[in-house]
Amino acid sequence: MISKPKADAAAMVRIEQLNKWFGNAHVLKNISLNVHAGEKVVICGPSGSGKSTLIRCINQLEQHQQGLVEVLGEELNGNLRGLERIRRQVGMCFQHFNLFPHLTVLKNCTLPQTSNLGVPEAEAIERALGLLDKVKMRDHANKFPSQLSGGQQQRIAIARALCMQPKVMLFDEPTSALDPEMIAEVLDVMTGLALEGMTMICVTHEMGFARKVADRIVFMDQGEIVEEAPPERFFSAPESPRTQRFLSQIINHGVHAQ
Amino acid sequence: MTAMNQALAVPLAPPRLPRLQRALAWSRSQLFPSVGHGLLTLSVLALLCWCVPAALNWLVLDATFVGSSAKDCNPGGACWLPITQRWNLFVYGFYPQAEQWRVSLALVLAGAAFVLLFFKRLDRRLLLGYLALLPIVMWWLLKGGAGLPEVSSTKFAGMLVTVFLGTAGMIFALPLGILLALGRRSKLPVVRMLCVLYIELVRSVPVISLLFMASLMIQLFLPPDSAFDILLRVQLVLILFTAAYMAETLRGGLQNLPKGQYEAAMALGFGYWKTMGQIILPQVLKQSIAPLLTQFIGLFKETTLVMIVGVLDIVGIAMSTAVAPEWVEYGHEIYVFLAIYFFVICFALSRYARHLEQRMEQSRS
Repeated sequence: MISKPKADAAAMVRIEQLNKWFGNAHVLKNISLNVHAGEKVVICGPSGSGKSTLIRCINQLEQHQQGLVEVLGEELNGNLRGLERIRRQVGMCFQHFNLFPHLTVLKNCTLPQTSNLGVPEAEAIERALGLLDKVKMRDHANKFPSQLSGGQQQRIAIARALCMQPKVMLFDEPTSALDPEMIAEVLDVMTGLALEGMTMICVTHEMGFARKVADRIVFMDQGEIVEEAPPERFFSAPESPRTQRFLSQIINHGVHAQ
Repeated sequence: MTAMNQALAVPLAPPRLPRLQRALAWSRSQLFPSVGHGLLTLSVLALLCWCVPAALNWLVLDATFVGSSAKDCNPGGACWLPITQRWNLFVYGFYPQAEQWRVSLALVLAGAAFVLLFFKRLDRRLLLGYLALLPIVMWWLLKGGAGLPEVSSTKFAGMLVTVFLGTAGMIFALPLGILLALGRRSKLPVVRMLCVLYIELVRSVPVISLLFMASLMIQLFLPPDSAFDILLRVQLVLILFTAAYMAETLRGGLQNLPKGQYEAAMALGFGYWKTMGQIILPQVLKQSIAPLLTQFIGLFKETTLVMIVGVLDIVGIAMSTAVAPEWVEYGHEIYVFLAIYFFVICFALSRYARHLEQRMEQSRS
């Protein structure tokens, strides 16, 4: 069942009154969030706050039990056909990259195109090489993922997702599994992407990135959206005490790290 | 810079000792590293000195290879005449003489499949096509019909039965095992329960009782004058039996694969079958090569059980030879020959498994 387009047609992702439980644990509580075309939204919060679960509901890697998730004007309600079509337009990058280890870098980027979009092989290769070039990994196109560093793998994962020409990109803690010296190279690619106008929803702890790129920062705690604000206000004048505590922890930690 | 120069000055290979010294060093470290090891080495050497020459004498040097009857046999050594004299029977069974080229061709086709597997550069679709057609073509060649004179399967015996059951069994068991493994992990409760029921049922029953069921009971459920070839019936049992075990091996592999692989495939819009066929199974099969080949070898040896339900495979021919009046004294030779036959084929399979594993390791590094 595909629901009719809503009046707010520019909303790429529309989430209303979303509730999700893992067993008896109520992990998402009445979440409502709209993301418009070209918008960059950063979701942050302490671990276990439900931010990854929320982003995974957008492409239904997690199924919600209550509420509405609408992506590109289509409601996601368990219809598999429609879901696959939506997923092809929603790119996702994972914390652990999840490249396919049995395929070369190039094949990682071309197989989803040829197999799921019906792109001819030659065109798929051309597109893949172009995007690998963009993430500065073209020279490694014929290597296997296991031969590359974490930062390189994550950049390839981004290129692989972009090969599908997605309308929205989801990032689920893309830098959390990386060694510190590799975080910058991945954030650079993401910043570049943001400047090109890609619609992005990022779960991340990188507050520098959030400050520079985000249109809106969403702070979650214990399954709820506690605060939603543009970066200037979020960092300089957070309203909720929970946000203030979180920010002070992150900033203190940052000082320690240096 | 200096560090690099020093690195270059390091010799490329360890210094090589003179040959004798090397041999001594090797034997000290490999054969006599301690008193206990030394004693073990010596006793094994003594055992070898005692039995290898005797075995060689009996098997080859004093053995009789040429002759026509038991009178030609040298009493001091093995007499291979029951095998050479009955070679036709061992290979072709009771297959009519004029049609024996069909059996030879089928055996060559089966052997060629094994050789083709070693070619890395071969197009995979070509290979899969060959393997998929092989059992059908072999059955057509053996059984006849569609242009070839039909041969009753009561005439099938010997090596042709073993090779046909083994080859066709391996080719059908793997895909069925894959489907069962996927079914067992399916989200659909009916599919999952059916697969679990089937796998557990088959695994908890000895293969012999399944063979008896195939030979005696299936006919009861079919219309009285329908003929379901006995060879195909036992073949079916062997396939179903092996597939259940393979399914369990593969299920282990499927469970071991990180969840992220499934998620990445889903997030890129792969459907269920494409996820399995292009992302998951290639990785699982690579990991499971060794246990799968072990099951292939098991299947090949289990083909000998069909003798119990009256299909004469190569063991059946061997046993009938061993009780034939003219060769009745030469049972040892006949069974030694059987052992060698099975060893050669199973060893080749296990070498192939090793070869595949090495190839995987190379492509990964």
